[in-house]
Amino acid sequence: MMSSVAMTATDVQRTVEAVWRIEAAKLIAGLARFTRDVGAAEELAQDALLTALEQWPKSGVPDNPGAWLMATARNRGIDQLRRRRMLSRKHETLASELEMEQQMSGGRIEASADDEIGDDLLRLIFTACHPLLPTEARTALTLRVLAGLTTAEIARAFLVPEPTIAQRIVRAKRTLRDAQVPFEIPRGEELRRRLSSVLEVIYLLFNEGYAATAGGDWMRPALCEEALRIGRILAGLAPEEPEVHGLVALMEIQASRLRARSGPDGEPVLLLEQNRALWDRVLMHRGLLALARGESLGETRGPYLLQAGIAACHARAASAADTDWILITALYDELARLIPSPVIELNRAVAVSMAYGAAAGLELADRLAADGALESYHLLPSVRGDLLAKLGRHTEARTEFERAAQLTQNLRESRLLRDRAAACARAAAT
Amino acid sequence: MRVMVIVKANAQTEAGTLPSEEILTAMGRFNEELARAGVLLAAEGLHPSAKGARVRFAGGHSTVIDGPFIETRELVGGFWLWQVRSIEEAVEWLRRSPFRNSNEELEIRRVFDAEDFGPALTPELLAQQQRRAERIDRN
Repeated sequence: MMSSVAMTATDVQRTVEAVWRIEAAKLIAGLARFTRDVGAAEELAQDALLTALEQWPKSGVPDNPGAWLMATARNRGIDQLRRRRMLSRKHETLASELEMEQQMSGGRIEASADDEIGDDLLRLIFTACHPLLPTEARTALTLRVLAGLTTAEIARAFLVPEPTIAQRIVRAKRTLRDAQVPFEIPRGEELRRRLSSVLEVIYLLFNEGYAATAGGDWMRPALCEEALRIGRILAGLAPEEPEVHGLVALMEIQASRLRARSGPDGEPVLLLEQNRALWDRVLMHRGLLALARGESLGETRGPYLLQAGIAACHARAASAADTDWILITALYDELARLIPSPVIELNRAVAVSMAYGAAAGLELADRLAADGALESYHLLPSVRGDLLAKLGRHTEARTEFERAAQLTQNLRESRLLRDRAAACARAAAT
Repeated sequence: MRVMVIVKANAQTEAGTLPSEEILTAMGRFNEELARAGVLLAAEGLHPSAKGARVRFAGGHSTVIDGPFIETRELVGGFWLWQVRSIEEAVEWLRRSPFRNSNEELEIRRVFDAEDFGPALTPELLAQQQRRAERIDRN
């Protein structure tokens, strides 16, 4: 019936945590189908978790922990409904509550069919990422109900105090309840919008972990892992959505570079200067597969597939010199048409310069400078300086590097830019 | 974190006997479950050691020894790469695997990850630190 070796209290605690990690999302999703309220479902699930922590040290870990948790949570839900009914002064039972009670008591205790669980999980993902909720509420709630993280773990992930996260989650649940957000999978045009919100949340989580410097709290790279896991789950649940595969591809490929991103002092290493032997080939391979899968669905590529395509160009190049800049430029052209953004335009300028020469790239960068959109963004003068230097226009390049050095907050970067300015000054003098 | 889950070889795998239809189906379903949970990174089976070789280095020489190798119980029969939050989670997944009703022993090993590398651990970082130290000494 249970693990045959006598387990210490700590062992059981850790096992319960591991079981929670595996079962939480399915449990909450399954319960939410009955309660039609994610907050209530999450609370019932938490109650079951506490009961497990109390009972399993004595009774042992059950053979099917997921089913045990579900049965415990459902029983608690039924008790609550009955108690509410008894205490209600109206002595009337809301038809919906009676129905809910019947649904919870009836039905199989065993796990539902895979399809049902899959649908419930999808409903849960869409609900947790609902656009009604502010972004920080969506990310916190997603980590809570989909990844099964505790408030403390989520707080550590975002480097904010625990009560802040607790508040965000409480408010998120209340907003969903008050707005009576239905527990369902959106359809048609609504699906597009809601899916976009889900992908945004997952990528936000990934970037929160990816952007962190090395040597930080253990939760930061773990955030990348959580985001990747949720993304992969979503890809399994919605395999016909190209942008889901695009996002997963992008995350897998970016994650493949984690070991190469930081130098010995924790300083960031630019992609083109990274030691490619440190790129993780398992993740890279998975990313390329996901990209192929997304593209094979044949629709016009969306932003995630395009960004993944660009990341894949770098992944496929054995060295920086082997990079297919022409393909990258074509992808940036498409991306810039979809999302007219000055930052994307700047990246496009760099790609164009690598593919078609510095003059071509400078033309785009000059246009950006004239637009004035990136006035306080140090990378624009930095890129212009680089291109001007390549064209032998050293005096102008020096001015750009000095301006870039002033605009950046980062001391190390500022020093590098001043060094380049000095080098241009010397070149101009010869 | 990532783990490698090592499935040991046994007399059947060393004989090149394919597992039964039933087992293959069960393993397939388990791998699907792992993939659906976002846990599965890689899963591979190894041919019997008769199709492999060992290379032994000593005193600047190398010797190649063809399989099969006799210590079946210590041979690797296959492996998984999983992304999990803890060793305990990997254990829980194994308890859900077709192995739960077997007499097999599996090994879970933690894979070195990006976050395991503090400044002194990789050879290239060590070399860089050394170079910096030399520069400081010279100055």
